[in-house]
Amino acid sequence: MSQQTTTTGDAQVAPAAAGVSGAVSVSGLTKRYGEVEAVRGVDFAVEVGETFGFLGPNGAGKSTTISMLCTLVSPTAGSALVAGHDIVGERDEVRRNIGLVFQDTTLDGYLTAEQNLRLHAELYGVPKQLVRGRMQQVMEMVGLWERRDSLVNHFSGGMKRRLEIARGLLHSPRVLFLDEPTVGLDPQTRSSIWSYIRQLKTQEQITIFLTTHYMDEAEYCDRIAIMDQGQIIVLDTPEALKAQVGKDRVQIEAEDPPAVIAALKQRFDLDAVIAEGKVTFGVTNGEHFLPRLFAELGHPIRGVSVARPSLDDVFLSYTGTTIRDAESSENNDRMRNLARMMSR
Amino acid sequence: MATRAGAPSELAPAGAVPAVPEVAGVRVPARSARGELRAIKVVWKRELIRFSHDRLRILTALMQPFLFLFVLGTGLSRIASAGTHGVSLRTFVYPGVLCMAVMFTAMFSAASLVWDREFGFLREMMVAPVRRSSLVLGKCLGGATVAGFQGVIVLVLAGLVGIPYAIPLLLEICVLMVMLAFTITAFGVMVAARVTQIQSFMALMQMAIMPMFFLSGALFPVIGLPLWLSILNRLDPLTYAVDPMRRAIFNHLHVSAVARHDLVPGVTWFGWHVPGALEAAVVGLLGSVMLGVAIFQFSKTD
Repeated sequence: MSQQTTTTGDAQVAPAAAGVSGAVSVSGLTKRYGEVEAVRGVDFAVEVGETFGFLGPNGAGKSTTISMLCTLVSPTAGSALVAGHDIVGERDEVRRNIGLVFQDTTLDGYLTAEQNLRLHAELYGVPKQLVRGRMQQVMEMVGLWERRDSLVNHFSGGMKRRLEIARGLLHSPRVLFLDEPTVGLDPQTRSSIWSYIRQLKTQEQITIFLTTHYMDEAEYCDRIAIMDQGQIIVLDTPEALKAQVGKDRVQIEAEDPPAVIAALKQRFDLDAVIAEGKVTFGVTNGEHFLPRLFAELGHPIRGVSVARPSLDDVFLSYTGTTIRDAESSENNDRMRNLARMMSR
Repeated sequence: MATRAGAPSELAPAGAVPAVPEVAGVRVPARSARGELRAIKVVWKRELIRFSHDRLRILTALMQPFLFLFVLGTGLSRIASAGTHGVSLRTFVYPGVLCMAVMFTAMFSAASLVWDREFGFLREMMVAPVRRSSLVLGKCLGGATVAGFQGVIVLVLAGLVGIPYAIPLLLEICVLMVMLAFTITAFGVMVAARVTQIQSFMALMQMAIMPMFFLSGALFPVIGLPLWLSILNRLDPLTYAVDPMRRAIFNHLHVSAVARHDLVPGVTWFGWHVPGALEAAVVGLLGSVMLGVAIFQFSKTD
């Protein structure tokens, strides 16, 4: 088993630098499905012990990237090292060192929770004498030890998710991949899943790589990469990203949005766009701007909201659209369906 | 758009003093032949666990053999009696019916692969550090085992249709049965590699299995057939499972030479009598080829 060369802090490691790598290092990774380029040459590096998030709308190429890093899909071009092993040349080495929680449930509902985990332990060759103890440990971590004899089909969505996270940890992977760990769950369950994930960070030495399209969840990450249309648009800590935007977001409900946009440009020199059906723009010190807006705009306004910068605004400022609008665009749906079909 | 992926920030917390785990971390061992055997066993065992949970499936799979043996067999026996030389029609169709029960169970076993794909369990297995071939082989062995088990249940009925419970006979039938089960599972797995929807899979399998059953001579002796039918019969793999089974059964019955000649003429290739061992080999070979194709298909990645 190869030893990890831990690089921290000032390490300005170029992703492809001479075999030295953190938990994950990726360079020029590309995946093409026929005409469609799902992932268009991404580069990034994830440090050991980091929680790294991929943020972007559905169809941005997040799942395809994860599938490539987990050796389920071969890249069209580019390369990547996961836990120090090449994802194409050392598939088995990679697989032995990663845990993967898929976007859709991959449990056998006709088996009990314990049977599911036992099958996994055997597939990964977890030594027999360790199975019981390790199983208890990971199941207690997600609060399911008492339910180990229940059929998985009788579990709620949140319990299944937790069991999958426990299963992903069973063989002590060095990198845990979570593909949309909370998608389709209600807000309460989502926050409980997150408290398990954060607790996990204190108990296991592990790097977590996750994807999400919930902005608020990206805040939990040490660093995030915003992905859109197969490319990484920006990568930094959530704080730094928000600081970069620095502006408050103002949204106006107007009778005649195009006229308002034109007026904003003309009178205040602001570039506004229509997002979520409202005229949207960023401005420093939003509260103080509003009185001027009402006085000088000269167009009827039905409503106004001002919000402090969030990751939504980061997304907006880099892509010119909010993540929700990006989600609903037809093009992305097609991409996602295609990517899912191909990955089956 | 230019990628502005920043350099790793100094905020990356390299392990916030991890608590000492109570259980030593697991080390996943390197790939080995033992590991592959274990993977085969895991997939095989899961097949068995699921089969044992599904009592309804065991019962419903008995339905068809019952209908064929006791309803059709009894109903037709009066008009057929002239040609059977005193042998009960039920005894005659028994090997065919047994094969059918085995085939359907094997087919359902392979069908669960399509479920696994649809509901994701297959992906969980595919990302494990084991060969795809081990997974496919485990699946085929699992299907062969549960289908063989279903066959044994039908075999218990043999006495009711006048077949003696002679150990050598039962063993011979079991071997043929398991080989057939393996081949059909391999066939199903091969198809399942390409088909993503359970409905299409079932339709395809029905389309394959019903003609196989009717062409195989499960319900009639393979002698004096019109040319087109005898050609199709010789091409049908099931022919090579039903015929040796029926010959084995008749070897343990006290019947006249005429009856033997008319009812179990044996399969011929251009007039040459194909020996039972070769027939079994045909079934086994076909299964191995299909297993190979299935492994190839599952080993491909996008």
